[in-house]
Formats: sequence, structure tokens, C-alpha cells
Amino acid sequence: MQIPAPFDYARATGVDDAIALLDRHGPESRIIAGGHSLLPMMKLRLARPEWLIDINDLYELDFLLVDKDKLRIGALTRHTALLESDDIARLFPIITDAEHVIADPVVRNRGTIGGSLCQADPAEDLSTVCDVLGAVAVVRGPNGDRMLTMSEFHRGPYETALAQNEILCELQFAIRPRTSSAYEKVERRVGDWAVAAAGASVTLAADGTIEEAAVGLTAIGLDGTVPDIDSTTRGQKPSEELFAEAGRLASLACDPVADQRGPIDYKRHLADELTRRVLRRASERAAQTQEG
Amino acid sequence: MQVSMTMNGEEITREIEPRVLLVHFIRENLGLTGTHWGCDTSNCGTCVVLMDGQPVKSCTVLAAMADGHDVRTVEGLATAGVLDPIQQGFMEEHGLQCGFCTPGMMLTARALLDANPHPNDTEIREAISGQICRCTGYATIVRSVLWAAEHPAELVTIDEEVGA
Repeated sequence: MQIPAPFDYARATGVDDAIALLDRHGPESRIIAGGHSLLPMMKLRLARPEWLIDINDLYELDFLLVDKDKLRIGALTRHTALLESDDIARLFPIITDAEHVIADPVVRNRGTIGGSLCQADPAEDLSTVCDVLGAVAVVRGPNGDRMLTMSEFHRGPYETALAQNEILCELQFAIRPRTSSAYEKVERRVGDWAVAAAGASVTLAADGTIEEAAVGLTAIGLDGTVPDIDSTTRGQKPSEELFAEAGRLASLACDPVADQRGPIDYKRHLADELTRRVLRRASERAAQTQEG
Repeated sequence: MQVSMTMNGEEITREIEPRVLLVHFIRENLGLTGTHWGCDTSNCGTCVVLMDGQPVKSCTVLAAMADGHDVRTVEGLATAGVLDPIQQGFMEEHGLQCGFCTPGMMLTARALLDANPHPNDTEIREAISGQICRCTGYATIVRSVLWAAEHPAELVTIDEEVGA
């Protein structure tokens, strides 16, 4: 039987209350949202917080709204809500694609976008999605809000820039015209961690050439986005040759490890193939937004 | 700490340690052993219960987090001696053999039909994709849920069934 080590539990009544509780209980206190990453680690005693601050009552962090030229997603928004959002499917289909393959439908009822990002598991899909989309994280602490880019937010596996008494409040995604995106994952079975996954965002110029593109990889040893994708694709018409070159760059940029999910060569092959697929799909979708 | 919640329509309050998981709270503190405890890693789905109407894996929810919420277990499916159509469907279409996954399967199916009264085969398979059955190959589970969707008013009393 897996039972967490003993801890004390408090339910926050608001964001500032959560911050005050983190401040009061110190470095061994942790925020819990959906709990579907933290509780398994606590059950294995890989995490042993002395205090859990439950933020599930903070409905002010559970929102999803289009605010002028950006989409704002509250940190407590559940995966199911992201998957079912028409705004997201229209504006950022990479999120919808990823949510289809994150865990399983029952887990998605509890897990949150903020929890996924704060867990910062290298095999976690939404971190890649946020890298590719250039998301901005809004973080609140005792001294107010600060805005972090994803490269500032992510410090490495299981590590973020959040101070002990800070809480991730929301993620912001810039809405741009003639832009779309896609995500694809290879997994052994539903709910398993990715063998490999890739996400892409493409912005087309008025003449149909690529104005900007980004590709990110999940679970195969790459922080941030694949270097040189943007410079290689900029000004080019989307084509199979171009996608193949991007795939080659991705397979070189990643640094996978051999494990029970496959050998290194196979994972590099997936980086290549999945990069081609997501760039192809994102380009097609971006072209459709142009027609619409 | 003290937790209070609505369990199958009844208000309950218990004194527990904060680290008690909802599945153990239900089975051991409340004695409702219809909820099964399986993989303990939120993979198998036999521990699924409904929290505020939504299926959740109770091995990965603290009982403390369910405080103030509405929880429904397999014991809450039949009401006043009348089987839920989902339960009847599992009987009609042989939706179980060993029965270990059944409580979780039935609760996920109940939530699916509440949200989508006429799901197709694909939607049912998607809904139960986080739950593992090692007996049926899923085909009869899917047929059981389809049966329930086709018989929303088909109600049979437990006593009649047992007697038959």
C-alpha cells in the first residue's frame, strides 16, 4: 500500500492566503492542485512535504478567456476544460492536440495546466506546448506579480523559477493572425509517458511563405525549442523538403536516452518524423485560417 | 483533521489523518468496499468514484480534498432497491467476468451517459480508456454501456433479479 509520509494540510481561501500559508510554513510546504503529479510522488516518498496547501477552492484561478490579442488561462484550469474549449481549438489547436493525449479522461478531470508546468517533468506535454507558443507565466508572490517567459520559468527537470512563496496564477498566449499549431505524441498505451512527442507553431506571411516557426520536443532531451528552425524556414514556402530539413535539425538537436521505451536511434527517428508531421499540420491549419 | 462530505447522498463526518487517500477513506473508514483498490498509481481506474458528478481516481485524491464535496460510489448507483441502467446493462451484456474493474467502469459509464446520453462505440472506448479490464477485452463493457443508453428507463428491482 502506497501512503504518503505524514503532513499537515491547509486549504487556501484565496491566492494571497495561499502565499501567506507558504510563507508561514516555509520551505517544506507545497501547493497541491489536481494532485495527479504530486500525490504519486508523495506515495513513492520521492516528495515529502510537511505541509500541503490545497488551492482547489481558488476559483479565481480557474478561467479561460480571450482578452483582446491574447488568450489567458488560469493555472487551476483542468485538462478537461482545455480539451473541450472551442476557443483553444480555434486559436491554439496544439493545446487541443496535446490534451487528447495527456494521461486519460479521468485523470484529465483533476489535473491542471498550472500543476503540469510546476511539476516540470521533462516528459510533460504542456511544457513543450508553452515553449512552442512562447507563453508567458504570471507568477504572484508577497511582493506582487511578475511575468516570466518559458525559458525563465523552466530551470530544468522538476525545477522552476518559482520562489518558495510564489504561486503560478495564469498563462498568457499571444494571438496572432495567419498562425496555427499542432502536437503529436507516440506513446506505448493510453496514459503512458511519451516515447517522444513534438509540437509546432507556424505563422504564414500574406504570400503564403513562413514568417515564423517553432518546434519543441518532449521526453527526448531538449530544453526549449529546436534551434535554427525559424531561420531555416523563414521566407520559405511550406514544402516536404523544408519539413524534412526541419526534421533533420530536430533529430540532431535532441539528446534522448535509451530506456524501456526505446533505443536512441528510434527516438531520434521519432524526433525527425514527428517534427515533419506537426510542421505539415500546423502549416495546413495556418493556411486554412488565411482562407477563413 | 475532520472531514465532512456527502457520500451517496448521506452527510458524513470523520476524524482522519490528512494523508489518508480517498479510496482508503471510503473502504476502511466508511466500510464501503464496493470501490476497489488496484494499481495505486492512477493507471488502472478500478478506484474511480464520482466527485461532484465527475469520475476521479480515488487513489490519487486525498480524503481531505473531498471535504465539502459530493462523492458517489458504486453503492450509490442503485437507488431504493432499483438498479441503475448501467448496472442492468452490465448484467444483460455480461460486462464483467472477475468484477474487479467493474465499479470504476460503471461509474465512468454513468458520468458519460449523464453528459452524453447516446454515445457511440468510439466515445465509450475513449471514456473508459483510463481504466483496465483484463477479462472482457472491453467489447462486452462497450455493449453494456450501449445497452444502458438504449434503456434509460429500464429499471429492475434488485429483489426481483435475485429471486430470478
